[in-house]
Amino acid sequence: MQSQLPFSPEQASNFAPHVDDLMLFITLICLFFAVAVTAAIIIFFFKYHRKSPNEVGVPIHGDSRLEAAWMIVPLILAMGMFGWGAVVYVDYRHAPPDALDIYVIGKQWMWKAQQPNGLREINELHVPAGRDVRLILASEDVIHDFFVPAFRVKMDVVPGHYNTMWFRPTKPGRYHFFCSQYCGTNHAIMGGWVTVMEPADYAAWLSGSSGAEANPVVAGEKLFAEKACVTCHVPNGTGRAPSLNGVFGAKVLLADGSTVVADEAYIQESILQPNAKIVAGYQPLMPTFQGQLTEEQILALIAYIKSLQSQPVPATGSGIAPTTEKR
Amino acid sequence: MHRTGELYGQFETLEQQKETAALGMWVFLVTEVLFFGGMFLTYTINRRAFGTAFGICSNTLDIKLGAGNTVVLILSSLTMAMAVWSAQVGKKKLASIFLIATLGLGTVFLGVKAIEYKQKFDHHLIPGRSFDMKYHPAHPMPGDDLEELDKEKQEVDKAFAVDPDINAHGQLYFSLYFGMTGLHALHMIIGAGLLLWLIKASFAGRFTPQYNTPVEVVGLYWHFVDIVWIYLFPLLYLIDRHR
Amino acid sequence: MPHEDYLNARYGIRSWLLTTDHKRIALLWLGSVTVFFFIGGLFATMIRIHLLTPTGYLVTPETYNKLFTMHGVAMIFFFLIPSIPAVLGNFLIPLMIGAKDLAFPKLNLLSWYIYMIGGCFVLYSFATGGLDTGWTFYTPLSSIYSNSAVTPAVIGIFINGFSSILTGLNFIVTIHTMRAPGMTWFRLPLFVWAHYATSMIMILGTPVIAITLLLVGLERMFHLGFFNPALGGDPILFQHLFWFYSHPAVYIMILPAMGVISEIIPTFARKPIFGYSFIAGSSIAIAVIGFLVWAHHMFVTGESVYAALTFSFLSYLVAIPSAVKVFNWTSTLYKGSISWDTPMIYAFGFIGLFLIGGLTGLFLACLGLDIHIHDTYFVVAHFHYIMVGGAVMGYVGGLHFWWPKITGRLYPEALARTAAITLFVGFNLTFFPQFILGYLGMPRRYHTYPPEFQVLNVLSTAGASILALGYLLPMLYLTWSMRYGKVAGQNPWPATGLEWKTDSPPPTENFDVTPEVTWEPYDFKNRPDLGLAAGAPSLAPAHGDD
Repeated sequence: MQSQLPFSPEQASNFAPHVDDLMLFITLICLFFAVAVTAAIIIFFFKYHRKSPNEVGVPIHGDSRLEAAWMIVPLILAMGMFGWGAVVYVDYRHAPPDALDIYVIGKQWMWKAQQPNGLREINELHVPAGRDVRLILASEDVIHDFFVPAFRVKMDVVPGHYNTMWFRPTKPGRYHFFCSQYCGTNHAIMGGWVTVMEPADYAAWLSGSSGAEANPVVAGEKLFAEKACVTCHVPNGTGRAPSLNGVFGAKVLLADGSTVVADEAYIQESILQPNAKIVAGYQPLMPTFQGQLTEEQILALIAYIKSLQSQPVPATGSGIAPTTEKR
Repeated sequence: MHRTGELYGQFETLEQQKETAALGMWVFLVTEVLFFGGMFLTYTINRRAFGTAFGICSNTLDIKLGAGNTVVLILSSLTMAMAVWSAQVGKKKLASIFLIATLGLGTVFLGVKAIEYKQKFDHHLIPGRSFDMKYHPAHPMPGDDLEELDKEKQEVDKAFAVDPDINAHGQLYFSLYFGMTGLHALHMIIGAGLLLWLIKASFAGRFTPQYNTPVEVVGLYWHFVDIVWIYLFPLLYLIDRHR
Repeated sequence: MPHEDYLNARYGIRSWLLTTDHKRIALLWLGSVTVFFFIGGLFATMIRIHLLTPTGYLVTPETYNKLFTMHGVAMIFFFLIPSIPAVLGNFLIPLMIGAKDLAFPKLNLLSWYIYMIGGCFVLYSFATGGLDTGWTFYTPLSSIYSNSAVTPAVIGIFINGFSSILTGLNFIVTIHTMRAPGMTWFRLPLFVWAHYATSMIMILGTPVIAITLLLVGLERMFHLGFFNPALGGDPILFQHLFWFYSHPAVYIMILPAMGVISEIIPTFARKPIFGYSFIAGSSIAIAVIGFLVWAHHMFVTGESVYAALTFSFLSYLVAIPSAVKVFNWTSTLYKGSISWDTPMIYAFGFIGLFLIGGLTGLFLACLGLDIHIHDTYFVVAHFHYIMVGGAVMGYVGGLHFWWPKITGRLYPEALARTAAITLFVGFNLTFFPQFILGYLGMPRRYHTYPPEFQVLNVLSTAGASILALGYLLPMLYLTWSMRYGKVAGQNPWPATGLEWKTDSPPPTENFDVTPEVTWEPYDFKNRPDLGLAAGAPSLAPAHGDD
């Protein structure tokens, strides 16, 4: 049973009870100090009310031990607040592996979501209860923010960046989500509903549409051929560019000797600014696709490249860093 | 404009007045550091992000003019310091001469800057619609060394291969170039105005060993403007010059 | 008043517009910040009326967005930041340290003119299309997408920044070099310490916002790309640059008010302040640490987790010096001789409201909590508690406390106390419901909201109408008192500062003879000149109601 804080939304995610507990903790501490100080002031106000026109107060200049006490005790309490909040936040900023990935795009003034099988939603988001869900957030124009009060989570959606957020819905139902970064005229109506379903219902809902053509992996594969990526990024490693089999999530060795993890941001950068990070052993030949692909097309290519994780990695012609330590 | 030795109403002693003026200028210079600092920070971040573009753009600046200007400005700080000293020891005529020399050197600096700006305009390097890194190599100007220009063309082409967005990132560089050197030039112009005022007062014999605060205070300002340039010169002119 | 003072020394509009007397300049500021308070207040009134119904009662979405933006810009840059420093600081600092004027009187006047010019640019922006970017000007909304009059507004704020910088410069130099003999650093009134710390922030922070807004203007005019991702820029860079000033700016707004409270409490408890050096030191600590916490506004932008942890930790540290002040003020009341005069009521109101506002900062600094309450009405309530409940109450309380010195008149006491209490009640009713609205999930800057939030919004608007009354009353009776108020003596309360050892209103040069300070601050026991020694004739009553 989750204890519900008064004046709070429903608790519908794994984070909600933690956030509410944190709220209660901080509220109690602050209430204590607020009441103590207010009571002291009111008591002194009446007890030491001036009794005659020329009366003066007793000159007490200070007390160093008292000063130390009321610096140290609040500091310790503050560190407690900081620590607990930090634990929750660090958890929030690191999505668990195997989370269900849903792509969410914010634009003035609507939200587009794409489920793993390609099914699209506008201003709606269906998610399964009891499953870790990770949202990958992109913006087509200005900064937005995806906020679900019942889940107690939000994350900014920044143009030029990918942000991620995760949660595990705990209670089926329909919950409001809002845009909570001012983004222009219709900022206040740029919201919608998150529908949390039992896993079986979610699966049924997901397959209830023919998502085949909308499947981002399929779309990405088509684009990969259409844009001639495959002519250089030959899967067996014989092309002018490294094979992309198995590369997603792996460490890539760059020309300057450093390594980088091939995540969504890296793939996106490689498409838009291909010469920012050159893979070791390869020439800077790739043209940029800045201005030639929409955000959705880039996400589709990323989904396709992710799907190549399970493909066999060629012995030569891959950019993946060797796993044995040289030193 | 107050006479020598006159105390302004809010002060108790001349010593207090002098101390106040100097402290006022120091505090003002601190604000100037923060003012330029915002652009220096933006420069640093963009330099890291777009090293290739910043390198090739920096190479379009005339290093001889830039280095020359640096020497001119350092010399002007020397003459300014000499002017302050002359005023402090009562050598009024020498003070006037050094102030004029400082103004002269400052004017030379501004003149060279104007030449550089004109050059950028001719080479289509002003941020905006007509900005094009490839323009100058393709359109030689009278007086250009064609061999140098050809080398430049190769460098530009190489840069485009590495960073196809050179024109966009180059505009970031040049916005910062014009912003920072422009703000600096504005400060120099204000400094020139202050020097004119000082020269006029110096000719009227106003500065004595007892009263030379304006010279000292303008001197502080002038040295600060010099130091800003000493940072600007390497950051803007000397990227990727070892080749 | 039979003798000459700064008010009647010279007549005519030129003697006011070309004055270099810090006291007259302070009154010029009083007039202009009050005008901007009205303008910002008008926008706030329209906002609260509009929010009476979920679908929006009064204006279009575009207009609403302009209302909250212009409310923020007018109030923050043109009312709150100048208010106490430019009105009370200008008037009092030379008097408090025993000087004839500030270090640079002409620069002081220039400061006001720069503010007026900046204000004109901003009013022009308001009048020709308005501003709808939020006072925070986040890019790329402000640099590319907004169709409102952004450019004149950023120019106006840029120009206004120099007003702040010059005021801060003037104060710092004045406090260093113009103190009267015997006025050592640790004999300075805490009001002066507070303004010294404030001035540190003004001179270090303001240049950064100036350059940042200039870059936004340039980006807008010339399609540059510092903050535009399509051209290689980064919207988050703007946020860092913006908040590097705008967070310390909130300390510019509250430190002077704390300085006011530190003067009022010892005066009306008739004893020295408890922990003088701790209060002085905490002002400096707030100024310094305040520069290190800016990215707590950016916890959900995707900034690095390490950055978030660091900024959250530092944000908790900055709370400690504020707590120290509150404890010291409260302790000052112990065994005091407390009178319930209006300034003291404002001081109590300040402590109560600042307590709530400051404590709710602890909620926002908490990373795990901020992911829920960031950008909701919780934040709106938090900063209004501090800026309005704190800074404005400090400003109005300070005006009351020093009104006799500034005008030579007393205000009607009963009416003044009523207004103070009205303000306190109205304020709480307006903003406390907003904490709840925020936790329930109502985002800020919304012109329409889900119906379940209506009751709390109506409560808030009802409170706002009472709050408005609380502001209107002092404007009326203070103005009335300038002509009809009872004549105040040199030191009606009495208080121990140097400013009270000269006439009310003071002569133009402040003191007939330069004072020599041989006493400690807030010392009521060893100051026979205050007339409080046992058996001494009591002073003229401090109350002006008749």
